[in-house]
Amino acid sequence: MKDILQELERRRGDAREGGGARRVEAQHSKGKLTARERIELLLDPGSFEEFDMFVSHRCTDFGMQDSKYSGDGVVTGWGTVNGRLVYVFSQDFTVFGGSLSETHAQKICKIMDMAMQNGAPVIGLNDSGGARIQEGVASLAGYADVFQRNIMASGVVPQISVIMGPCAGGAVYSPAMTDFIFMVKDSSYMFVTGPDVVKTVTNEVVTAEELGGAKTHTTKSSVADAAFENDLEALMEVRRLIDMLPLNNREKPPHRPFFDDPERLDMSLDTLIPENPNMPYDMKELIVKTADEGDFYEIQAEFAKNMITGFIRLEGQTVGVVANQPMVLAGCLDIDSSRKAARFVRFCDAFEIPILTFVDVPGFLPGTGQEFGGVIKHGAKLLFAFGEATVPKVTVITRKAYGGAYDVMSSKHIRGDFNYAWPTAEIAVMGAKGATEILYRSELGDAEKIAARTKDYEDRFANPFVAAERGFIDEVIQPHSTRKRVCRAFASLRNKKQTNPWKKHDNIPL
Amino acid sequence: MFNKILIANRGEIACRVIKSARKMGIATVAIYSDADRHALHVQMADEAVHIGPPPANQSYIVIDKVMEAIRATGAEAVHPGYGFLSENRKFAEALEAEGVAFIGPPAGAIEAMGDKITSKKLAQEAGVSTVPGYMGLIEDAEEAVKISGEIGYPVMIKASAGGGGKGMRIAWNDDEAREGFQSSRNEAASSFGDDRIFIEKFVTQPRHIEIQVLGDKHGNCLYLGERECSIQRRNQKVIEEAPSPFLDEKTRRAMGEQAVALARAVDYSSAGTVEFIVDGERNFYFLEMNTRLQVEHPVTELITGVDLVEQMIRVAAGEKLDLTQEDISLDGWAMESRLYAEDPYRSFLPSIGRLTRYRPPEEHVEDASVVRNDTGVYEGGEISMYYDPMIAKLCTWGPTRDHAIEGMRVALDSFELEGIGHNLPFLSAVMDHPRFVSGEITTAFIAEEYPDGFSGAVLHDSALRKLAAGAAAMHRVSEIRAARVSGRMSHHEREVGRDWVVSLGGHDYPVTIDADRGGATVRLADDGALRVTSDWVPGRPLAVLDVDGETVVAKVAPQPLGFRMRHRGADLDVRVQTPRQFELSAHMLEKTPPDTSRMLLCPMPGLVVSLAVSAGDEVQEGQVLCTVEAMKMENVLRAERAGVVSKINAEPGSSLAVDDVIMEFE
Repeated sequence: MKDILQELERRRGDAREGGGARRVEAQHSKGKLTARERIELLLDPGSFEEFDMFVSHRCTDFGMQDSKYSGDGVVTGWGTVNGRLVYVFSQDFTVFGGSLSETHAQKICKIMDMAMQNGAPVIGLNDSGGARIQEGVASLAGYADVFQRNIMASGVVPQISVIMGPCAGGAVYSPAMTDFIFMVKDSSYMFVTGPDVVKTVTNEVVTAEELGGAKTHTTKSSVADAAFENDLEALMEVRRLIDMLPLNNREKPPHRPFFDDPERLDMSLDTLIPENPNMPYDMKELIVKTADEGDFYEIQAEFAKNMITGFIRLEGQTVGVVANQPMVLAGCLDIDSSRKAARFVRFCDAFEIPILTFVDVPGFLPGTGQEFGGVIKHGAKLLFAFGEATVPKVTVITRKAYGGAYDVMSSKHIRGDFNYAWPTAEIAVMGAKGATEILYRSELGDAEKIAARTKDYEDRFANPFVAAERGFIDEVIQPHSTRKRVCRAFASLRNKKQTNPWKKHDNIPL
Repeated sequence: MFNKILIANRGEIACRVIKSARKMGIATVAIYSDADRHALHVQMADEAVHIGPPPANQSYIVIDKVMEAIRATGAEAVHPGYGFLSENRKFAEALEAEGVAFIGPPAGAIEAMGDKITSKKLAQEAGVSTVPGYMGLIEDAEEAVKISGEIGYPVMIKASAGGGGKGMRIAWNDDEAREGFQSSRNEAASSFGDDRIFIEKFVTQPRHIEIQVLGDKHGNCLYLGERECSIQRRNQKVIEEAPSPFLDEKTRRAMGEQAVALARAVDYSSAGTVEFIVDGERNFYFLEMNTRLQVEHPVTELITGVDLVEQMIRVAAGEKLDLTQEDISLDGWAMESRLYAEDPYRSFLPSIGRLTRYRPPEEHVEDASVVRNDTGVYEGGEISMYYDPMIAKLCTWGPTRDHAIEGMRVALDSFELEGIGHNLPFLSAVMDHPRFVSGEITTAFIAEEYPDGFSGAVLHDSALRKLAAGAAAMHRVSEIRAARVSGRMSHHEREVGRDWVVSLGGHDYPVTIDADRGGATVRLADDGALRVTSDWVPGRPLAVLDVDGETVVAKVAPQPLGFRMRHRGADLDVRVQTPRQFELSAHMLEKTPPDTSRMLLCPMPGLVVSLAVSAGDEVQEGQVLCTVEAMKMENVLRAERAGVVSKINAEPGSSLAVDDVIMEFE
């Protein structure tokens, strides 16, 4: 009997060795942890339970029958993050370079199916050379099986991908369909076709890092949502994000004990808006000062910086924040910022996370670059996303809310629940100068007259009261009371129920 | 007594004057420029008058505008503060002409002391010790030797036309005097075409010590002890204290009496300061007299209990001093730290912008300690480029110098300041510097102790251990809170462990935490345990910890594996990891930050106005590379050394953040 029990331990020991000491050391020397070490750091200590430890591939081509490893290049299972259930797969680069075989894919599919059934997030730690070429089409089928599950899980359970090594070719499309992609700086890259193929086809010379490194994907392509210095930091940040997300779409967002008074006033916000309307200010200051304990988890911080997206907590509960950033491009809407915010809003709506919107927007960015790029349709994505969202929506206009951009930014007209404005708000079709130049074209030669007209327009519209008179603004609030007012607003919306008409799905302008 | 006074100043000193006036039941009038519309002194005053655009020479120092404000408000007297019009004879005269009292000395005294040569002559006549020297023409080397002997070695041999150290020699004996004279003269002749040479006493181990005097218009004059202001950076005072750790009673009295004699010689009334340079043997020499309230006056107030501003107002109103020299005694010790909006890590570059967080330590007056903070700013206010970059004057008092220093350390650690660069870490570092603590300071202290600038304080082991224990206890609290999130699998919750490894300042401390209701006992692996109690909760940016009976105050910002902590001038990355996290973190590669010496970094947030070079250009040291506009100021960025531009990352119109790379060099 004892021998039989020992046999289990022996087999487990085998599996835990992964690709062997030499490969493990090679992995470590690159500053990368092994698949199991990563899981250990990601999950609460001792909480990981592994599935399919003894699975191995069934390939007999190219001598593969002689080369078998328990687990087949991916470690899968479940565990907890601060006591909350999550499912995880972690590709093992020390076994066949983490390449994806039919069985490897089946293991991933198994935990994805369980995650869906049991309502818990899926976290994928990607470190794979790609398809297992020896298996040919079986490997491709495996990818597609994973893809299909990514699609089905989307909007049902949160899916988070961490790219911790190579991720190329077809492999990129699984992370691409998850909710968040994190990358590890200097040791991960993602691309559909690598530098060699690029060179052959287009004659462009580019390094893997330039083509698909963390910097590229966080600043240029917006494929990744954040990049971190190393494995450890990345995994800690995943834990931090999981703490903020509901486990599935049937759950309210999580809450936890908090140590920040919801009634806290912040007098310094009364001077946040500069005297000169053309001077920028940092919208992040408002976000941080509104949030519980000043804690802000920013998503896509390095991309389309004219729009800020991320999570805060109010009274211990997660809230998504969308805000124009006057420091960059005056906070205007453009293709990138609209896409960035639209995707974020849809994530929040899918997972019942209330949305707080801070508005200081002078309008849409003009120019051929924007129009040729289809800013009409991209801007419409954000409008669509806000308008279809049925989660609690609270909006605060701090300064400019001009033109169509005003409508887009979670205005009353697209079902904003609470629409507040600071006394410094200017809600108008456009800035006073532009408006007078159109309205009084014939007087353009007379600088004095135009100045007087501009002044008139400013007096009439450069305030929140015209909109408030019509009920488009529910109330004009003091900047220093923003946290208090916003907390109370969300508190009153905790039982909000709103449903959209039945449809198979909508047709958002993709 | 006056019913209403106007304060012809701004910032902390205007607020300071308003406080005393209010206490005396006098209404106050503030004046302000466009940049100060929302300034604290405007909020504090009973009335405020706008006097023009931001630059001081278009507002605060335009006599006509101030006079207009006086007329408009009917102020009966004017306190000029320091700087601006405080030592302007014309202003004093203009006030006199309109029958408005000047809360300061008579115009004649201002004028007499305003000129270096006149004031030195007056001082000599009044029997005040001045730096011995020979101002006449010196014929030859032998005469130089003779004169040097008379003055007493060491002497400084200087070219009349000299400057920047050229044509300057220090001689310690006859031979050096002879040789020094010759070489000085040769150098002076070739450098300046003027070989006139003079000799004066070279003051060794110089300290800057000044005497506070106070006189009335009835012939009474007294001194209120001294202030030591030797901690200076490029002639800007940084830390002052009273009394001086160096003076004995005899020297103090001699200096005080001479200062009073000088004040009497010019019929001085109001508060004034006689500055001396004091050498290592306690010889003191007159430098100059400041005919106004000094920035550092609070330290004198703290050890004498005299409200100098109140006294100034009373004197100006014609009252007799109700104090005599015998009433003045020096009680305890006071320190003043000047908080400047200067980034010590960037060679003290001035920093401007919004104070996103400004929480000074609470002011208090207790038997054994006083904390006082004179300031003119508030959270959400702006440090503008137009005026002095001083944010606040933080003062502490204690029965002894050590108490005052310890009080200052805690007060500095408790001072929360964000949004701009500031010198808090530097001030903290000086307060912990053994030489400063010993009192063995000279005006060269900063130059000698921080020759390569400031890069943060290094904490000794016992301080690190206390921080480590505190961080471990705080991290555990944070983790326990995190583990109480909703949606847990019940009965399978995460149990937060007791064993941690705290890494900071290059040390790793394995610890075990035993927590109870009152706090936590943190056992360090090597030896001993530290008891940590605190009311800190996650999210609080200031941690006040009691570690084994000692108060440890630190600024804390959470990180996923611990905290960023600032304490005693050190800025620390404090990692608190489980033993397993610690073990695995050893595999993480140490990433060397990019070599920025080959890059042009943007020194402040701003907009690129123009680029003067393009990729491939060869540039010379000092050549203009680009212009960045920040706060409406065009800043010209120049090449630090010769090189070739390899890449340009910005274009005109790009908006840049601090440290954004503008261009790279080969």
